[in-house]
Amino acid sequence: MKSDTIAAISTAQGEGGIGVIRVSGKNSIEICDRIFKAVSGRKLSDMKGYTAALGHVYKDDEKLDEVIATVFREPHSYTGENIVELSCHGGIFITREILRTVIEAGAEPALAGEFTKRAFLNGKLDLTEAEAVIDIISAKSKNAARAAILAKEGALWRRIENIKNKLVTTAAHFSAWADYPEEDIEEVSVESLSNTFNECLFDLNKLLSTYDMGQTVKEGIDTVIAGKPNTGKSTLMNLISGRNRSIVTDIPGTTRDIIEETVSVGGVILRLSDTAGMRDTEDKVEKIGVDIAKSRIKNCGLVLAVFDAGRELDEDDKKLIENVKDAPVIAVINKTDLEKKLDEKYIGDRIEKIVKISAKNGEGFDELCQLIEKIAGTADFNPSEGILANERQRNAAKNAKKSLEEATQALNAGMTFDAVTVSIEEAIENILELTGERVSDVVVDNVFHNFCVGK
Amino acid sequence: MKYNAGKFDVAVIGAGHAGIEAALASARLGCQTVVFTINMDAVGNCPCNPSIGGTAKGHLVREIDALGGEMGKTADECFLQSRMLNRGKGPAVHSLRAQIDRRKYSDVMKHKLELQENLQLHQAEITDIEKTDDGYILTTRMLAQYEVKAVVIATGTYLGGRIFVGEVSYESGPDGIFAASFLGESLKKLGIGLRRFKTGTPARVLRSSIDFTELEEQLGDEPPIPFSYDTVNLGENKVKCHISWTNEKTKEIILENIHRSPLYGGKIEGIGPRYCPSLEDKIVRFSDKKRHQLFIEPCGLNTEEMYLQGMSSSLPEEVQLKFYHTIKGLENAVIMRPAYAIEYDCIDPTQMNAALEFKDFEGLYGAGQFNGSSGYEEAAAQGFVAGVNAALKIKGKEPLILERSSSYIGTLIDDLVTKGANEPYRMMTSRSEYRLILRQDNADVRLTPIGRKIGLISDERWERFNKKQELKQNELKRISKVVIPPGERINEILVSRETSPLSTGAKLIDLLRRPQISYKDLEPIDETRPELDANIFEQVEIEVKYAGYIEKQLKQVEQMEKLEKKKLPESFDYTEIKGLRLEAQEKLNKIKPISIGQASRISGVSPADINVLLIWLSQR
Repeated sequence: MKSDTIAAISTAQGEGGIGVIRVSGKNSIEICDRIFKAVSGRKLSDMKGYTAALGHVYKDDEKLDEVIATVFREPHSYTGENIVELSCHGGIFITREILRTVIEAGAEPALAGEFTKRAFLNGKLDLTEAEAVIDIISAKSKNAARAAILAKEGALWRRIENIKNKLVTTAAHFSAWADYPEEDIEEVSVESLSNTFNECLFDLNKLLSTYDMGQTVKEGIDTVIAGKPNTGKSTLMNLISGRNRSIVTDIPGTTRDIIEETVSVGGVILRLSDTAGMRDTEDKVEKIGVDIAKSRIKNCGLVLAVFDAGRELDEDDKKLIENVKDAPVIAVINKTDLEKKLDEKYIGDRIEKIVKISAKNGEGFDELCQLIEKIAGTADFNPSEGILANERQRNAAKNAKKSLEEATQALNAGMTFDAVTVSIEEAIENILELTGERVSDVVVDNVFHNFCVGK
Repeated sequence: MKYNAGKFDVAVIGAGHAGIEAALASARLGCQTVVFTINMDAVGNCPCNPSIGGTAKGHLVREIDALGGEMGKTADECFLQSRMLNRGKGPAVHSLRAQIDRRKYSDVMKHKLELQENLQLHQAEITDIEKTDDGYILTTRMLAQYEVKAVVIATGTYLGGRIFVGEVSYESGPDGIFAASFLGESLKKLGIGLRRFKTGTPARVLRSSIDFTELEEQLGDEPPIPFSYDTVNLGENKVKCHISWTNEKTKEIILENIHRSPLYGGKIEGIGPRYCPSLEDKIVRFSDKKRHQLFIEPCGLNTEEMYLQGMSSSLPEEVQLKFYHTIKGLENAVIMRPAYAIEYDCIDPTQMNAALEFKDFEGLYGAGQFNGSSGYEEAAAQGFVAGVNAALKIKGKEPLILERSSSYIGTLIDDLVTKGANEPYRMMTSRSEYRLILRQDNADVRLTPIGRKIGLISDERWERFNKKQELKQNELKRISKVVIPPGERINEILVSRETSPLSTGAKLIDLLRRPQISYKDLEPIDETRPELDANIFEQVEIEVKYAGYIEKQLKQVEQMEKLEKKKLPESFDYTEIKGLRLEAQEKLNKIKPISIGQASRISGVSPADINVLLIWLSQR
């Protein structure tokens, strides 16, 4: 059963500052009590509206962050419902971890514009026209839809979809077998159901436990730093991330693997990857790095193509321009501190956005940041929707797991299959919520597609 | 010359399974009702198969009966053999299926129409429907004109019917009865869009030409269970069915001649159901399947015609003969009627609202295959609702709209009018999200109060229903109180069912909760058990055993009901709400959902669109 309490990150995703996770709904206070412990030892449910408490958010027994929890009691809140706002130390990882903890404790990831909707329906918004609210919601849902599409391109979604497909096939098998008892359809057996459940539960557990590993779940614009060897890609990466993470050296080909960093550039979250220098190479190991870099460029959201101002434009540079010219790209002319030998016009004719910097001493960095913000703005990318899209997927996987565990229990207890399928369909429904399809349509379609049924 | 043939409240076009229920319901609700059948001997005809019920369809028959419809009672009167399908698969999918005597069924139904007060049955083909200010004028082929307030169209496969057998094709309704050739044009003139669907039936063969000696027998249940809550004693099963299989040789002959099938030859444009494909469809689509099952079923007690379930075909007659002869038992089969495909006109049901009334034509209703469904039971269910609603309209009352959570009938109609049908729609248990509460055993609990409210449940039946509910509640109370102490007898029963023995006393209800233990198992130790109707024990046992699931589904129903209660205006141009996506605007304008709940089921309307609708609604 869906909770009526919703949660989302309500601050923009930027570096530093404060991150606020807003939880709204009948059980919001009770849910936050499960994960928040005040220093004073007082429970949120014992607090009045408009009061705050300092304390910590816990995930299991691990202290996640020091936060201030502010309690609002209905109807005196933004949405008109009970609200808890958890103000934490900002930053994408910590706010997301707290959001997830709240969801684990029983809240649902908010749909686009849902806070506004609730506020309006509860008569809390001073918007005279419903249209204004509708505009907000539809604008937010467009963002959310885009974020959902991006999320669906991820490896995570493919894994969730695999599980869904297995379950749909199982439900369809039961349906064909029950709805067409006079066709010779293979019997549904406890063993076959049990095997499918075990497989899906194994996959779901693995998926949930590795959810934060790998690139699939890191939020932000997938940004690739590309360029031939020794143009200063690593120095640029270090400059942007503000940390000395990549190995910087003058020997060409040092950075052979993809190195990733999630950074915030003027309110835009970038998932930055420093790639191996792109050049024709005989070195097998290096070649792998170059191939990965090429495929990265194809699939990323932004390319920072780095050129060396102190060297003549060569074939490697031209190949790079060829590779990136259709992607959202900024040409970064580095090493402006050196004597200029580069043909900038050749680049400028082919790449619209161009910036000159010295990664070594930081000159031109502000200009680069502005360009990044601009390009991100035109792409209308909303990083916090991205997080929610991912959290919704995760939540769907988690709920599907719960339903499957119920199905397993029912099966083990010897319940009839019609009851077991209620839980299977519930698991499918949890996943289909991400796509807006309906269980019965999907199952019935599968029956006709895969089973020879007649009259 | 045209002549005035009189005034009626309700006219029903067609006296098949949909038309019969529509006409009886309307007349029983006190409306002067006229029914037109193209052939008096085709009332309640069963041209497709000699059986009623089956998975999900059995549910529909029980539901029609619980509401006060006729199909279940007549099926019981004409039953030859009855089986409860899916016994091992759980109560949600238990379904009754009965072989019936098809001639007798037709006779009994016709006689019921003839005897019904307020009802006139005429043999006439309706050729024209004309809209007037306060109703319709129907014209027959003999130029009789009827002035009526409401019309139910239930034309089945007759409307623009065309038969296909191999290269042979001609205009015809089913079973050699002529088609309705003029009404389609009249409907188009009114502005009703028509489309072509296709269905088919297998051959009927002579019983004495079949060699049953090596065929597997299929017997009915003992004792057979009736459809109707009114039927007290069904009697005994009267016939046996038999099972045989196609083989590689059958497949070979069909594939050799597949180009002669009108479907594969491109002559049939109508869309056929995926679930009722002809044998050639099955063989082409599932080519790795080595054999296909068939059932040999008697068509009645006073006929030697045998029906070959599963062997529908539109191949030429001589090819039919050839491939039927490859099947064990049918080596010398004599075909009495060949298999055929039939193509017919029907509508896109999204033109109608949930009362089965055309959105653009007040007082005009549709039911059955005309609405894009398939099957006698689906037709009867819609006919009943359309007939009731025509009558309620005339009486100035609110229409009968059954929620999805109330019944398979509600689910069927909601699916049709919300999603439309791209192929003939067949009811299936998997189409309902509330399977564990929409069972065939509790159709009376779900729907008889509604039938009573409409006015189709007699005092006598209502009293009986209430008495039954009382007995059921008493029984539930009893088993919640009676404690069984641990002992040799009870533990022996428990252990034999592979469930743990008692060490302390346990309530009967808790024992019954165990999936392995049935009412019957507990009989020897249940000394205070009263004598009750088997259906009461059945309902109590299911309610106890599946309580957790039932509760879960009831909660879903409750949540959905909140959305069903938020009504949307009947006519509104959704392009005026700018926040809706274009696709949503178009779909909403087409379907005109009656509630947010229905809107949420339209494909192409997203949760964000629903939020927009909710906000818009709150401002009205």
